[in-house]
Amino acid sequence: MKKAVSIVVLCLMLVMLVAGCGSGGSGGKGKNLTLNVYNWGEYISDGSEDSYDTVKEFKKWYQDTYGVNITVNYDTYASNEDMYSKLSSGAVSYDVIIPSDYMIARMIKEDMLLPLNYDNIPNYSNVDSSFKGLYYDPDDTYTVPYAYGIVGVIWNANEVDEADAQGWDLMWNEKYAGRIVQFNNSRDAFGTAMYKLGIDVNTTDTAEWDRAFEELKSQHGLVYSYVMDEIYNMMESGEAAIGAYYAGDYFTMLDAQADTVDLRFYYPDPTNYYVDAMCIPKCCQNQELAEAFINFMLSRDAAVANAEYTYYASPYTNVYTDSEYIEEMGEEAMEILYPETGDFAEKYNTYAYRNLSQDVLDYLNTLWESVKIN
Amino acid sequence: MKTASKIYTAIIFVFLFAPIAILLVFSFNDAKSLSVMSGVSLRWYRELFHDEATLQSVRNTLILAVSAMVISTVMGTAASVGMEKLRSRWLRSALNTATDIPMTNPDIITGISLMLMFVFVGRLFGLANSLSFWTMLIAHVTFCLPYVILQVQPRLRQMDPSLPEAAQDLGCTPLRAFFKVTIPEIMPGIITGAIMAFTMSLDDFVISYFTSGAGFQTLPIRIYNMTKKTVTPKMYALATIIFFVILALLLISNLTDQSDKKYRKK
Repeated sequence: MKKAVSIVVLCLMLVMLVAGCGSGGSGGKGKNLTLNVYNWGEYISDGSEDSYDTVKEFKKWYQDTYGVNITVNYDTYASNEDMYSKLSSGAVSYDVIIPSDYMIARMIKEDMLLPLNYDNIPNYSNVDSSFKGLYYDPDDTYTVPYAYGIVGVIWNANEVDEADAQGWDLMWNEKYAGRIVQFNNSRDAFGTAMYKLGIDVNTTDTAEWDRAFEELKSQHGLVYSYVMDEIYNMMESGEAAIGAYYAGDYFTMLDAQADTVDLRFYYPDPTNYYVDAMCIPKCCQNQELAEAFINFMLSRDAAVANAEYTYYASPYTNVYTDSEYIEEMGEEAMEILYPETGDFAEKYNTYAYRNLSQDVLDYLNTLWESVKIN
Repeated sequence: MKTASKIYTAIIFVFLFAPIAILLVFSFNDAKSLSVMSGVSLRWYRELFHDEATLQSVRNTLILAVSAMVISTVMGTAASVGMEKLRSRWLRSALNTATDIPMTNPDIITGISLMLMFVFVGRLFGLANSLSFWTMLIAHVTFCLPYVILQVQPRLRQMDPSLPEAAQDLGCTPLRAFFKVTIPEIMPGIITGAIMAFTMSLDDFVISYFTSGAGFQTLPIRIYNMTKKTVTPKMYALATIIFFVILALLLISNLTDQSDKKYRKK
């Protein structure tokens, strides 16, 4: 009897093991086409609030065009570093990823990305020429830009004088002591001080980092709190009055602000620019399908829906000139999201964050610890 | 003294339940904010049931929790019975310590070591995706198992060992005696163990984070990944629903415990 039971259990375990291998191995070969997409959380129009469901529409489009039914696994990550560690562990394989610029530069250097076959991405012509030849991919071989953003200062007009709302000085203005929030992230916080002082944010000179450090220390007494996504609630409720964040996120706050709060936004100069771009990692199982997906993301309906959903600026000409999109966003939002930057590529290549060497990063983090302790 | 102890109890309860109460209230908020209450509505509940990706992650979480619960309950009960039958005291306590390790080990170490093992085995077989639903299931069974054993073992020890023997004297086969006498006798322990395993699996983030593969993300991972932008109030609605489901489960487990005690008094 005992033997019979143990044999049954053994058989069950074997079946499970085989089934496990089966589902793990069906990524590439076979007839069953699967696309694995790895993107930031809340960074694509996903059908909520009656919006366009990008993944579903892509499946439908593929079915209509090629008559093949595909499975799309859409997973999310919370930071570039999370995505990087998951991919470099070799434990998972994804076909399309959308990291930020400095992470792309690092992944190209570490030979983790595949060169794209732009013949399979005819919609690449929709990308504005000022988003080509950016520093992380100077020859445009690995990437297709997805969204970009510029850091600006958000302020509550019910508390802050309009005359003071200029440049980075507002975040150091003693009149508003205890009403200012600063980034709780070493790179972004030092960035604000370095733009204010006119220092290159990618410098390797420790004396320059020390100068920025002194500036942040002098600000410490004025800072209400060091925050990341807590800034939404603090600004919306009026708990804090001044803070720097991305233009797209300002609109999210504007949507939810309390009756007693009147949020406004402006860009200091210089400021931070970033670009997130679609790439195909080396572990990709089906490059053609991945390129079809990237091409689809560049098509008018998907691109407009994603830009409306995320509130981030789109680098595609078929989005920011689209009359429906302009109407949906409103004139004011269009002015903020797409400011007159002159030559974007030139500004971007000068002021964007680049991957720092480990020595500089370590130095920066030690300085950052003492800013917060003070 | 008495009022002091009452105030103390009240403070403890406020700290325990204030966060949940806030979440519950704001899940009915009309606006998209955690600080401004602009009106009462079911808007976020409606949105929640239209958000296919979130619902899929809830489904994934439930499939995983139920499978992990069933497997770890069966394995844990079998292990407890086997360990009770051991003659060597030394071996029994050694086994007890070994099965407790996944529970006392910090999650992050369990998670990383499991991931390394899965990647190693995956490389051995040349798989592109060494992490999948199955690796997550193995990981969840691993950390649920000690909770089941912890609940079942005391029941077995409390049970009068002459009961199954009497059943066998009266003509039952050992297997029949086990299912007819031992199992009903230790049932409350099995149920509590199963519920513990289910809730442990449901709210695990760290171990799931390291062992999740492409195409199978659970709810805690999805919520964590939302923090680049804000966590939407949909999640407050979902958390409220989950809170009440867990509350119901707890009440059921307590009630079975109570009826069991009454039965014992008789």
